[in-house]
Amino acid sequence: MVHEALQLIVFGLISGAILALSGIGLSLTYGILKFANFAHGDMMTLGAFMALMVLSGLRAMGWHGAPLGPLSFGWPMLVSTVAAMVLTAVVAVVLDRILYRPLRTMGSAILLISSVGVAFGLRAVIQFIWSPQPQYYIRKIQISREMLGVRVKPDQIFILVLSAALVLALHLFLTRTRMGKAMRATADNMELARVTGIDTERVILWTWVIGAMLAAAAGVMIGIENKFITPLIGWEILIYIFAAVILGGIGSPYGAMAGGVIIGVSGELSTMVIPTEYKPVVAFVIMILMLLVKPTGLFGER
Amino acid sequence: MDMLVGYVNYLVFFSIQAGIFAVLCLGLNVQWGYTGLFNIGIAGFYAVGAYTSALVSGLPPAATDLRVVGGLNLPFGVGLVAAMVVSGIVAFIISIPVLRLKEDYLAIATIGIAEVIRMVLQNEAWLSNGVWGIKQIPAPLADTIRPAVEAFLGRHPDFSGWLNRLISNGYNWFYLSLVVLVLVAIYWLLNRLMESPWGRVLKAIREDEVVASFAGKDVFWFKMQSMVVGSMLMGAAGALYAHFATFINANTFEPMFGTFLIWVMLIVGGSGSNRGAIVGAFAVWMIWSGSDFISGFVNLQGYQSAALRILLVAVLLEVMLLYKPQGLMGERRRRVPVLPAPEPAETD
Repeated sequence: MVHEALQLIVFGLISGAILALSGIGLSLTYGILKFANFAHGDMMTLGAFMALMVLSGLRAMGWHGAPLGPLSFGWPMLVSTVAAMVLTAVVAVVLDRILYRPLRTMGSAILLISSVGVAFGLRAVIQFIWSPQPQYYIRKIQISREMLGVRVKPDQIFILVLSAALVLALHLFLTRTRMGKAMRATADNMELARVTGIDTERVILWTWVIGAMLAAAAGVMIGIENKFITPLIGWEILIYIFAAVILGGIGSPYGAMAGGVIIGVSGELSTMVIPTEYKPVVAFVIMILMLLVKPTGLFGER
Repeated sequence: MDMLVGYVNYLVFFSIQAGIFAVLCLGLNVQWGYTGLFNIGIAGFYAVGAYTSALVSGLPPAATDLRVVGGLNLPFGVGLVAAMVVSGIVAFIISIPVLRLKEDYLAIATIGIAEVIRMVLQNEAWLSNGVWGIKQIPAPLADTIRPAVEAFLGRHPDFSGWLNRLISNGYNWFYLSLVVLVLVAIYWLLNRLMESPWGRVLKAIREDEVVASFAGKDVFWFKMQSMVVGSMLMGAAGALYAHFATFINANTFEPMFGTFLIWVMLIVGGSGSNRGAIVGAFAVWMIWSGSDFISGFVNLQGYQSAALRILLVAVLLEVMLLYKPQGLMGERRRRVPVLPAPEPAETD
């Protein structure tokens, strides 16, 4: 019983890490652009498929790369991940230029609708190119190992380490750099930030870049964890991400982190008492309870 | 002549579908167009309506069915009303925690409830028969109309091929008139409602919640009413769909068809206008159905033409938002005559 719970907590931490990473991106855009970006899940999907594209390209050029230590993949996968983050950021910036920026004066509701359109549009493009069938980064099954009494795969450790590293990098960026501080100021009060001479358009650009990069990384991690990707992976996880973000407090990156881990772990633990099919309902119920008790979330200030 | 009859029969089929979408669109217009409420769980309310009506006015479970409930075999009208009531109750429950919050929370909560509904319908086989869905949902008055049409054609063997085909489509003609009847009734009622003090409060809330509450209006309560009324209409659309298709399962109500397309229809038609909602539903459904014919000419895989059509609709939405956000029919904003003296506050 205790052992099973421990095992589920480890699984929960892994999905929690992915949720935290995607939640941070969503929370940042929400905090600064003031709208719920329903295309965030599909940006993750896009990132996952961009990595697949680069990976296939690298393989076609003859670079297969030996697996790194106990991991199931080698350097080409890491290179593809970075490339996917950059490419996804480019798409986000282009979308902002042609779509979100002109619509920004029309209020958050219009931006929300247009993001729903972007979500369906992106998914359609991905489905057009890669078909709805599952695609694989690596067609090799990894055996989990026993570590401190729980079974875990080396790839899963990699996911935990990479998300921790990205979260740390983001933390340093937000607290140490000029742009990071400007972003926090803009999230707090855009008018005030503008008056103090912050170039809010540049802040918005950086917000999209960082949000998209984190989303892409999270998308690739889903691919590594599940072993396959489909055009639906991002949309299917979106409700969990929103639950994580609301739980932590919209606009708070640290809240999104905590929220992601809580949603991930509680989802896995819930399978001990309720049927697995209803795992998503747990996230939804936690979200609704949070909205009833404290709509600003655990870390929300307003 | 034969080809023409084919087109006419297709047009009837098309109009039934578009009419059902128009009912959904009118429901969304109450919520979004008039009150500014963000419902992106339309598919959920649509599904609840369809299943409720199928269970209330459908047949008892067959021997091979997994479901153990339903099959009261009541008249279609009862199913329709039940569908509206149950959808309204679901809307009421989900609205309690989120209607006091910013509009985005309603969007997130409704997408969540739609997902929960889909999951329940997929997994609770005792209720929904699981993935096998509910079959042989009775088409209203089919037992009377179909034999009557047969008998009529039997008495007139001299009718040539095309006339025969036109008349044998009689049941669809009947169903179309049923859908049109419901649509016109809802349209008339909504127009009356929106001109009433109640409708004016909704519009005031949409424009500025704070001002509306300063005018003494219970904003939460009015939003709740709008949410429930809109969702009841979506439930009615679900019932209309179930008894026309005569088969439903959880996949019938995917978010693409149940939610996204309806939003595009309302934005294209013009939110805030009931006429716009109906025009948008027919226009977008025409584009959607028309693009199916086109895909026959291009050499693409099935999933590719499906994806292209979705992309087309998504681009249509963005272009409308960018260049014609008021939609084709845009709301007519009436000038309010300046009154000589301030009116006493209404007490509703």
